[in-house]
Amino acid sequence: MNQPEDWTLIIEPKGKLLSLNLKELWRYKDLLEMYIKRDIVTFYKQTILGPLWFFIQPIFTTIVFMFVFGGLAGIPTDGIPQALFYLSGITLWNYFSDTLTKTSDTFLQNQAIFGKVYFPRLIAPLSITMTGLIKMFIQFGLFAIVYIWFFMKGVDVKPNIYALLFPVLLLILANLSLGFGIIISSMTTKYRDLKFLITFAVQLWMYATPVIYPLSVMQGNYEKYMWLIQANPVTAVMETFKYGFLGQGTFTWLSLGYSLLVSFIVLFLGIIVFNKVERSFMDVI
Amino acid sequence: MSDIAIKFENISKQYRLGKIGTGTLSHDLKRWWTVSVRRQEDPYLKIGAVNDRSLKADSEYVWALRDINLEVKQGEVLGIIGKNGAGKSTLLKLLSRVTTPTTGRILSKGRIASLLEVGTGFHPEMTGRENIYMNGSIMGMNKAEITRKFDEIIDFAGVAKYIDTPVKRYSSGMTVRLGFAIAAHLEPEILVVDEVLAVGDAEFQNKAIGKMQDVSNEHGRTVLFVSHNMAAVGDLCKNGIILHNGSVVKTGSSREVIAAYIESAKQIAVQREWDQNENAPGNSDIKIRKVHATNKKMDIVQYHLTTSDICIEIEYEVLRDIPFFTHGMNLYNASGIHIFSSHDSNNYHRDKIIKRGVYLTKVWIPANLLQEGDYLLSFAAMRYNPFSVLFHEKELLRLQVLDTINQSARPEDYKLEFPGVIRPKLIWEELVELSS
Repeated sequence: MNQPEDWTLIIEPKGKLLSLNLKELWRYKDLLEMYIKRDIVTFYKQTILGPLWFFIQPIFTTIVFMFVFGGLAGIPTDGIPQALFYLSGITLWNYFSDTLTKTSDTFLQNQAIFGKVYFPRLIAPLSITMTGLIKMFIQFGLFAIVYIWFFMKGVDVKPNIYALLFPVLLLILANLSLGFGIIISSMTTKYRDLKFLITFAVQLWMYATPVIYPLSVMQGNYEKYMWLIQANPVTAVMETFKYGFLGQGTFTWLSLGYSLLVSFIVLFLGIIVFNKVERSFMDVI
Repeated sequence: MSDIAIKFENISKQYRLGKIGTGTLSHDLKRWWTVSVRRQEDPYLKIGAVNDRSLKADSEYVWALRDINLEVKQGEVLGIIGKNGAGKSTLLKLLSRVTTPTTGRILSKGRIASLLEVGTGFHPEMTGRENIYMNGSIMGMNKAEITRKFDEIIDFAGVAKYIDTPVKRYSSGMTVRLGFAIAAHLEPEILVVDEVLAVGDAEFQNKAIGKMQDVSNEHGRTVLFVSHNMAAVGDLCKNGIILHNGSVVKTGSSREVIAAYIESAKQIAVQREWDQNENAPGNSDIKIRKVHATNKKMDIVQYHLTTSDICIEIEYEVLRDIPFFTHGMNLYNASGIHIFSSHDSNNYHRDKIIKRGVYLTKVWIPANLLQEGDYLLSFAAMRYNPFSVLFHEKELLRLQVLDTINQSARPEDYKLEFPGVIRPKLIWEELVELSS
């Protein structure tokens, strides 16, 4: 170019490795809001039970867990009432697994719209993470009701100061599910194999996480597999939650710090991969 | 600072043909190995044919766009015309940042909004109101902006009555109107419009064209308009370009460009012959020698009637003995619509060798099928098992079909053209009186 020009937009073949354009993302914050609103509102349109669906799933899962794992299999729950134990695990795990499976489908789900108009692609998985968070809070309300009911009955649930770590726990879950989700979604644009893997991997992952059993039971019975459970960044989230709200569980700052660090690394990697793929995925999908 | 609103510098786009499958990973690995590890040029960037569909089978990679250099001035309305597959859509996709160029760059001043397909992101369960906000934000408007223009949008779209009805209850026309209304009120510095005007009723089309003119005249905005509709391009655009096989082949005033475009289709004769193999269409083994269309009496005629059979005769020479192949044809109308495709499915011996020599094939297009108008015929040779196209000559022959009622005894009530893509003669049973 001979003279300097104030171009506001440059479309080029390759972007930088980590070109997360936060300013642009912020400019589209209204779109994020619309997406969240859309997902919440359309979730129960044309259903009879409407928003009640948010509660039905965790209630029934808890009942089934109480029957199968608590009753039939007889897995102890660290002295916590079974309903509370399973419900706390289910609430957190559902948030994680729902967000992970849905974000991992970002590109395939949105290919029609991504193929026509540009906006920061990250808005789509981000909105899923946020919508999931709202759903999680609604289900947390259910947990709170059951919690207070047991509390009134005089059951020994000892909430303590560590319950205040709740937001950190949610941050870890959000980072992990968003990070893993966008990595998988980026790879499925070209190789669909991962799509089949994900649903079943998430199922197995739950068993490697103290959702239906307390960590202490695992420690006692399968000492040699403990490394696997401890390497799992979701483990510390579950245990810290139960420790903070129910007074039982295995809490260490080290394992929580580890989870937080891993969650940020995963998110960071996710954004790099996502950025690389979003620029040209329409050609390969 | 110049008054250029958008500038294309050496824009090229390469696509990969065929399926993504097990071979993909090995290509990807090879590409990664050469480019990232050995720091050499991408091995797949070098190969790749021009975007000419007649040369299809030669390479797995194809250039949809090749070295586009273009400057569009502020406030200019530029028409982009070209045949299907000329690269128009790819160009628009690059502009709307749906995909990225393979080489080169596009520089622009201000927001680019595209009407690639209006109503993008409409959710059928949400109301018109909710969808305006949703769609508006997808297009890059913020909430305050949408609220400010809200009344104008529903006014323009004419859906005020149904604004709180879910969009799934809208007619397709209403949906398109609403989509266009939102996009038209975006106030982008650069507006990209693609064929949207093909949908919607006449009144709305006029409204839409008016809006586009407003946008460029009053607000000094730049519009890129892609269309097959030469009349609309002529009305709206001052300047135009013709894309052909991924390159810009002509730029100029819209009148010049349209004239050149129509001329390029007219140039194809209704009867063609090649006496030298060098310029004859085909591939290295097969050369087309003669092609023409006749009537039932086997006379070569300039015009055919909608009510008479047409015979296409194609003579080709096979230069040396080659394995069996067969041939087929495609027919396109003047708007580029693919009318039909037909292959010679006679029961030849599939394993035989086709000996060197000159061959003649005849194919009949039955009467009472084609609509009045100009047609382009293409001819291809191919093999089955595995399927491969040996060559596909796209614009081989022009057919001109006339309506009989245009010719003579046309009743006064039939002044209008017969609508429709084809004109079959259907069987109407005699009227039966059921009761009196």
